[in-house]
Amino acid sequence: MKTFGRWVCASLVLGVLTGTATPPTVAAQNLPLPPLPYAYDALEPYIDEQTMRIHHLKHHQAYTDNLNKALATMRGDPELKHLAKMGIDKLLQHLDEVPPRLRGQVRNHGGGYVNHDQFWRNLSPNGAGEPGQGSALQHAIEKSFGSLDGFKTVFSEACLGVFGSGWCWLCFNTEAQTLSVETTSNQDSPTSAGLEVIIALDVWEHAYYLKHQNRRKDYLEAIFAVLDWQEADARLRKVLHDATKEDL
Amino acid sequence: MLARASAAKTLLARAGTRQMSAASLAGTFKLPDLDYDYGALEPHVSAKIMEVHHTKHHQAYVTNLNATLEKYAEAEEKGDMATMIALQTPLKFNGGGHVNHCLFWDNLAPPSSGGGGEPSGDIGSAIQNKWGGFEDFKKEFAAKAVGVQGSGWCWLAWDPTEKSVRIVTTANQDPCSTTGCKPLLGLDVWEHAYWWDVQNRRPEYIENSWNIYNWSKVEERFKAAK
Repeated sequence: MKTFGRWVCASLVLGVLTGTATPPTVAAQNLPLPPLPYAYDALEPYIDEQTMRIHHLKHHQAYTDNLNKALATMRGDPELKHLAKMGIDKLLQHLDEVPPRLRGQVRNHGGGYVNHDQFWRNLSPNGAGEPGQGSALQHAIEKSFGSLDGFKTVFSEACLGVFGSGWCWLCFNTEAQTLSVETTSNQDSPTSAGLEVIIALDVWEHAYYLKHQNRRKDYLEAIFAVLDWQEADARLRKVLHDATKEDL
Repeated sequence: MLARASAAKTLLARAGTRQMSAASLAGTFKLPDLDYDYGALEPHVSAKIMEVHHTKHHQAYVTNLNATLEKYAEAEEKGDMATMIALQTPLKFNGGGHVNHCLFWDNLAPPSSGGGGEPSGDIGSAIQNKWGGFEDFKKEFAAKAVGVQGSGWCWLAWDPTEKSVRIVTTANQDPCSTTGCKPLLGLDVWEHAYWWDVQNRRPEYIENSWNIYNWSKVEERFKAAK
């Protein structure tokens, strides 16, 4: 006990002297809360400022904090630290490699972390309208859905059909070279199924409760008023560039 | 309220059998009245939440349950099996939503009318025997309620196979019966049940709810379930 006490004191002194009382690597490696690309009130009157603040600073922050805890646990385990190193985007595609005791945390909090980042970035105060004429996205939507209205119909039905908490997505399948509308439960990401995200839409109640309560249809209308088609097009162009040079 | 919840469950269980078809059930489900005012559970759950939870969310389950049963009846008449199968999902969701919320309103009460406190009687003894005390029961219940990912429910339930009380959780609007257990007490952990009051701080909502459980109703259910 005496030896242990002396060891603790020595460690503390050493820690204070070297400024490493808490290991600096832990804090330095924590993922930050991804910033909003615009002010909290920028999406008014469609998405209210209060919702944006709570959604970003409470919900998204909580996913960030809990993901960091899971990553720190993995980093501290010699057999798991390669998982923490691979980056969360890649890790969500390798969930089967995460031990069961941590898999739920990574899936839920890692998914929440990534999904919300994608979501903020596909909204904009300069959104609405439609994909640019002749853009890759416009071309792909016509090919896969017939028309923009065709896409909106399928997307809306899918959103309204999510029971409970989940997300609605426009995804690109690089193998099939097609767009598709997908839905996932909780914080599951379609990237775990090998799909690329073009548009992400949060349909958890917290995303719209303040303004719309249970009227998800009204929320969806508001989303179309702030949807950033340019960002969606940019994501698709990147995926097409990375995957193949062929026309759709 | 208890009688209405039971009736709803029985009707749903018999739906699709020759005794009672979807056609005769469609349109029969109604939003039950609460036994207390919307503001009566304050400060533990706000009047704002109670009103929207009851008049919007629960009402939507009732409306959609009736509509689904009507569609089911049409499909049944035509022998359209594909549609009948497809309608199982909204039937489970809306039927479960209706059953669950009937139970929920019934197991809450204002502190001034018996809400809160500690259970006594048979359920009190069962909790004591299973968990060693009310505090340990509360800890496990809270942990499981927090652990529900996304939307769902946490239940104190009677397991007729194990002949024991246990805590189970269900996702979305899956009723407690889907676990093979009978519900004694249910806590709605969908965000709509607490978001206005505590936003994402579900543990606070779980803690506040201990002040409003109607343990005498839980005792009634326990006696009926065993």
